[in-house]
Amino acid sequence: MKKIPLYAMAHGRSGDKGDGSNVGVMAYDQRGYEIMKEWLTTDRVKQHFGSIVRGGVDRYEMPNILGLNFILHDSLGGGGSESLKNDAQGKTHAMALLRIEIEVPDDYDPPKVGTDGALAPSGELTPAGS
Amino acid sequence: MSQGRIVRIANGQGFWGDSVDAPVRLIEEGPLDYLTLDYLAEVTMSIMQKQRRRNPDRGYATDFVEMIRRTLPTLRAKHIRVVANAGGVNPTACRKALFEVAKEAGATGLKIGTVQGDDILDRLDELRGQGVPFENLDDGKPFSEIQDRVLSANVYIQTRPLAEALRQGADILVTGRATDPGLVLAPLIAEFGWGPEQYDLLAAGTVGGHIVECGAQCTGGNFSRWWEVEGWDRLGYPVLEFGEDGRFVVTKHDGTGGLVSVDTVGEQLMYEMGNPNRYITPDCVVDFTSIQLEQEAKDRVRVSGIKGGEATDTYKVSISYLEGYKAIGQLTVSGPDPVAKARVCAEALWGRLKQAGYTYEKTSTEFLGVDSCHGEIIDVPRRVNEVVLRVGVKDPSKKAVDRFGKELAPLVTSGPPGVTGFAGGRPKATEVLGYWPTLIPKHLVQPEVHVEEVS
Repeated sequence: MKKIPLYAMAHGRSGDKGDGSNVGVMAYDQRGYEIMKEWLTTDRVKQHFGSIVRGGVDRYEMPNILGLNFILHDSLGGGGSESLKNDAQGKTHAMALLRIEIEVPDDYDPPKVGTDGALAPSGELTPAGS
Repeated sequence: MSQGRIVRIANGQGFWGDSVDAPVRLIEEGPLDYLTLDYLAEVTMSIMQKQRRRNPDRGYATDFVEMIRRTLPTLRAKHIRVVANAGGVNPTACRKALFEVAKEAGATGLKIGTVQGDDILDRLDELRGQGVPFENLDDGKPFSEIQDRVLSANVYIQTRPLAEALRQGADILVTGRATDPGLVLAPLIAEFGWGPEQYDLLAAGTVGGHIVECGAQCTGGNFSRWWEVEGWDRLGYPVLEFGEDGRFVVTKHDGTGGLVSVDTVGEQLMYEMGNPNRYITPDCVVDFTSIQLEQEAKDRVRVSGIKGGEATDTYKVSISYLEGYKAIGQLTVSGPDPVAKARVCAEALWGRLKQAGYTYEKTSTEFLGVDSCHGEIIDVPRRVNEVVLRVGVKDPSKKAVDRFGKELAPLVTSGPPGVTGFAGGRPKATEVLGYWPTLIPKHLVQPEVHVEEVS
C-alpha cells in the first residue's frame, strides 16, 4: 500500500447545508471510486476534519458519477448569518478533504486527467515518492 | 437527443450580487429562448422584508429592473423571455417598476406576469389556528420559541403556476419564493406540456435547473482543476438545450471563456446535496443517482437517464427571525513574528473587554493566512510574512456588540508593532437572522397568477 493525496485521484466541491456543510468528491476512474468507497469512511473523514466538524458525518454514494457525498454536521459555527467564521459556508471544505492522504494499492496509479495530466501548478499535489 | 424541437434556457444570475453583466452578455452573445435569474437566498428574504417595512414600494431585487431597462430592446428583438424570482417579498412593486420601464421604452404589447402567494408572513396566526404547528424541520423545536421574533415567512411554491403564467403569454415573469430549479422547469412545462404526473420529465427539468442555478459554477467556476479553465475574464454562463423527452445538453455560448465538462457539471450536481436518492422539490422527488453524464463535444455535456417520483403533500417553508447581533473586524499584523503578535493582540482585546464588563454568547478568533480555512488539517508553515487577525462576537445585546467594535482600533497604537489594516471604521452591530425551516400542507397555499399587457 502507498499513500497519495485524495486530490490526485478525485475532485470535489462543497457548500453549506443548514449549520453543516456538504462535501462531494468524485473519483477519476472506477477503480479509484472503489478504493475511495472502501477507505474514505465517515470515521476517517470526521477524524481528518478534527475540530472543524463538531457533529457527526453522514455519507451517501453516487456510483453514477463515481461520487461520495459527505454531510458534515455542525461544521460552520452556526448556520446562515449566525456564523462568525471566515468560511461561514464551508466553501473550502472540499479542498480540505481533497488534502487527505488516502491509502491505495501499490499498483494503483490514478489516470492522467485534463490537458496534460498535471496535478496542480504548485506541485503541492504530487504524490510523495513520485 | 431527439430530433424534435430544442428549447434553450440560460441562467444569468446565481444569487443577488452575482455579475451584473452576465445576463446582458447571455442576451447578446448567442441563441436563447429563456433567460432565468435567481436572486433569492434565505437571508435575502428577510433583508427584503425589512426594506419593504421601511418603504412599501421596495422589497424586491432592484438590480433586476435595471437589467431589464438595459436589455429590453434586445430581449424583444430576439424574442427572449425572462423568468426571475426577483419579486422577493413584493412582486407587485416589482411589476409596477417593470411597467414604468416598459412604458418609457415604448414596449407596447409586452406582457408582464407575476406569481404570488408564497409570502405567508401575514397569515401565520391564521394558519396556526388551522393547526399548522410550524415546528422546526431539523430539530423539532416548537415554533413558540421564535414566534415573537419572526421577520419573514415564505413557501417554496410549486412550479406549475409559473408555467401557467408563461402559457398566458408572460414575456417577463416575476415570482417570489419559487424554487431555484423551478425557474428552469417552468418554461419546459409551458413549452412541452409536461403533465403533473410525468415525474421523470419533471425530474429532468429540475436537474437542469439545479445544474445552472449557481450560474458559472457549472461552466468552470469553483472547479477543482481550476488551472485548466481559460478565459476567466469572459467566463460563459450556462445554457441548457432541452428536448421534449427530457434529455438535455449543458453548454455555453461560443466564444466565451470557461469549461463545460463531465467534471465541471458533476461537481455542481453534488453542490449543496443532501440525500441524493431523495432530492425533494414541490414538483417531484428526484433520484440524483440516476443521472448519466456524457461529454458529447467540447463544452457540451449530455445529461440523460433521470428518474423522478411523486411529490410529497407538503411545501417547505423558510422562516427567518431575529437571532441577536454580531460584529466582525480585522487587523493586519506584519512580521517578524506576525502570528505571535496577532495572538497578543487577540488576548489584549478579549482581556480589555472582560475588564470593561463585557462577555459574549459567542466569540471568534481566527488567523487568516495560517489556519482559518483548514484548521489543523494542514501543517502551519513555520514562517509566514504577515497574518490577518479576524475577530468577531455574537450576542443578544446590541450595546455589547457595538462596544466590541470600539476595542479594535486602539490595538494599532496600544499593541505590538507592525499592526495595520484597520480600514472602514469601527465594526458595527448587524442583525443576525436565524433560519427556521418548516413544512405546510400544500392545500393551504394557493399561488395566484397575474399576467398584464403594457398598453
